Amino acid sequence: MDFFKIKRDIPFMSYGRYTTTISLVTFILAVFFLATRGLNFGVDFTGGTVMEVHYAQPADLPAVRGQLATTGLHDALVQNFGSSQDVLIQVPLKQNLAGAQLSEQVLQSLRQQDGSVEVRRVEFVGPQVGKDLVENGAMALLLVSLGIVGYLWLRFEWKFGLSAIIANLHDVVIILGFFAFFQWEFSLSVLAAVLAVLGYSVNESVVVFDRIRENFRKMRKTEVTEIIDNAITRTMSRTIITHGSTQMMVLAMLLMGGETLHYFAMALTIGIMFSIYSSVLVASPLLILLGVSREDFIKPEKVEAEEVLP
Amino acid sequence: MNRYPLWKYLLILFALLAGLIYTLPNFYGESPALQVSPLRSSLKADDALSGRVTSLLSDAGLVPEVVTLDGNSVKVRFASTDHQIKAKDILAAQLGEDYMVALNLLSQSPQWLSDLNALPMYLGLDLRGGVHFLLQVNMRAALDKALDAASDDIRSTLREQRVAYSGVTREGDTLRVKFRDGEARAKGEEELRQRFNDFELSGIDQSGEILLQAILKPEAQRRIQDAALQQNLMTLRNRVNELGVAEPVIQQQGADRIVVQLPGVQDTARAKDILGRTATLEVRMVDEERQAVPGAMPPFGTEMFRERQGGYLLVKKQVILTGERINDAQPGFDNRTNEAAVHINLDGVGARKFKEATRENVGKRMAIILFEKGRGEIVTAPVIREEIGGGRVQISGQMSTVEAQDTALLLRAGALAAPMEIVEERTIGPSLGAENIERGFNSTKIGFLMIAVFMVAYYLMFGAVSVLSLGANLLLLVALLSMLQATLTLPGMAGIALTLGMAIDANVLINERIRDELRSGVTPQAAIHAGYERAFGTILDSNITTLIAGIALFMFGSGPIKGFAVVLCLGILTSMFSAIMVSRALVNLIYGRKARLAKVAIG
Repeated sequence: MDFFKIKRDIPFMSYGRYTTTISLVTFILAVFFLATRGLNFGVDFTGGTVMEVHYAQPADLPAVRGQLATTGLHDALVQNFGSSQDVLIQVPLKQNLAGAQLSEQVLQSLRQQDGSVEVRRVEFVGPQVGKDLVENGAMALLLVSLGIVGYLWLRFEWKFGLSAIIANLHDVVIILGFFAFFQWEFSLSVLAAVLAVLGYSVNESVVVFDRIRENFRKMRKTEVTEIIDNAITRTMSRTIITHGSTQMMVLAMLLMGGETLHYFAMALTIGIMFSIYSSVLVASPLLILLGVSREDFIKPEKVEAEEVLP
Repeated sequence: MNRYPLWKYLLILFALLAGLIYTLPNFYGESPALQVSPLRSSLKADDALSGRVTSLLSDAGLVPEVVTLDGNSVKVRFASTDHQIKAKDILAAQLGEDYMVALNLLSQSPQWLSDLNALPMYLGLDLRGGVHFLLQVNMRAALDKALDAASDDIRSTLREQRVAYSGVTREGDTLRVKFRDGEARAKGEEELRQRFNDFELSGIDQSGEILLQAILKPEAQRRIQDAALQQNLMTLRNRVNELGVAEPVIQQQGADRIVVQLPGVQDTARAKDILGRTATLEVRMVDEERQAVPGAMPPFGTEMFRERQGGYLLVKKQVILTGERINDAQPGFDNRTNEAAVHINLDGVGARKFKEATRENVGKRMAIILFEKGRGEIVTAPVIREEIGGGRVQISGQMSTVEAQDTALLLRAGALAAPMEIVEERTIGPSLGAENIERGFNSTKIGFLMIAVFMVAYYLMFGAVSVLSLGANLLLLVALLSMLQATLTLPGMAGIALTLGMAIDANVLINERIRDELRSGVTPQAAIHAGYERAFGTILDSNITTLIAGIALFMFGSGPIKGFAVVLCLGILTSMFSAIMVSRALVNLIYGRKARLAKVAIG
């Protein structure tokens, strides 16, 4: 079986103007939604209490809300979670209440109403912890970006490092844009997924760059754009198959991993889709824009000839 | 050209065999068990204890499956939860309060695997259920306490040395001593310099006042904070023991936080109660005219308490001192006899009261009682040899160094060094934990199957080789996680699935390269060779970038995210090995021996 019997190289670089426009538009849209709607940060980052409780029979949400209101928790968010018997309760941070005691209060109050209630999960995060997590997350993002640029610079050339990281940060912004647009919860595990995507989708650029470098050495008389077109065309099959395989795993997680893994898998899915696109149609045009040339890899032979031996 | 030397095959075989052995324990499941650990550092879990446990159980007609000695505890495995609960009641009643008996789960894997140190993966709280607390230690309070104690000490020192001063005040981290004249200040400075090494002393004159300024040195500040944290850690360990939790985790995190993880604990209200409890300490006189009779009503004006060493004492109700008056308690040695001793440092008020009490009661015993949960226990009951002034007290005699450490800790634990606050809590119910395991396992299984079917259909024989090496990757990854006993969390399971999905990339790269070479008219053998050689550089590059992301996640991630990062990093290493070495070995075995190969099944 072979899905990609391509006879001639596809002139990707000649579409450069359109693809750049497309990515610019999606990028600007993502930034727009991030700016206007913002991310729906989960309790990990904002601080507060989340409780997941399970009832023996379908839960009566208005009654739960009413019961919580009697405890003074008017702003508690009560919703079904997964099934009609499972209820998710979110309470924002309170100044006057000791955070860790809150979950006990809520549980006691719910028990009075219905003895069958069972705690499945409690998460309480204090304000300082949330702040630390945000700082650490930003640090990790910065460190990963620098590390990748540094490594690609060492292995290839600074132009490659720079275009790869721009292409992939573009993916990250788009993932965040999706989360902002749909107001999906942005939790710690989503952050982990975003960083994993950053490491993973750079692979994509690396594979294409590897071919470009090889082509520069092999195809001595060819134009830069043709060299890049050839590299992309010849790696396309691998790109699609690899991402398809990874996506199969992620899809299994998305559908069967339960609520905890759902958004994790969602971030990965968006990341995988856009990394195919960006490594081919963002990173490579950027390379041309930065003026990559054969001389970046092959030192002119003249130097050797002029050498004077003592 | 496509042949491996024998040692490479042997290496791969050895790696796979080791992988198999260390993966095996994960399939055996777990049985109910009990963990018996001594609560006192002077007691050891040894063969004698395990013998005692076995005989106690056989007396009750219970036959445990296995009794093992593990670290400082004896673990007993049972066939059913019924036996486990029954045995717990028996052991808790018979062994008394010196031992903790906790419910636990033990792997059912056979003894020879346990002897090889092959254990199942260590499951995180989100998979096995339990509570995770992050406690923030209030360092400001620890410093305040130390500074208040120091200003008390300065007062009493100046008084003892008969230096005229008119007051000690505290502003932030600075203490100011007011003197009447410069001469007194010079004398005071000299006296204080000898005793208070932790402070930077300097004389200043401010609006006509003659002052001596004492500023806490930064290194002393750090030491006080560190000591406060260590003390709180010790206190928490003691308290958690009381909860009867098997394998609790109590660790420092950062400069001022403590992580407490209690696997299997469901009663979070009680856990919070015990962690946040403040113990109090009281010093009272022992009533030596009457004998303590356990079970009987204590005589009027006295109370009966149990001694830590066993036995009971009658103690008068009148309190001489409370724990708040104790500034510090340290284990050490008696200067004269070189016996193990505990040195106690009392504050000004405490020192005065102690002096009065010891003057009136020479030759009698005093009891130091620790109250927790409204129940008192006598830590120690030494005899008063002479009047003790100055607030420096030494308790010695009949003590081992370990006991001295224990006692000093208990005296300090009278109160936490600094108050703590729970800043993060994560509780996972046991049913959710089990569900999480199932979900993680199922999604990995389905994903793996989908990839397997696709790869075989698309690359035929080479697809099958890729799937086999992916299987080897999974085996090695699980074995490595079991071997390192790294904590497996739900994001960690997601990490396993994700690394498998990503690991196939290396095989796709290789297979595509081989196809590419074949298309350009190279012979099959040469194509296989070139395919593996050329793909290697690319595989290395792409894996290293992912590794960079994994390492950053490990450095900055917390809890479950760290688990994900560990799996990601290990998965990259195992996938490099299996995708390159294992798959090459298989291809070599299949095609390498044929000298004239006309066609390979790569689709």
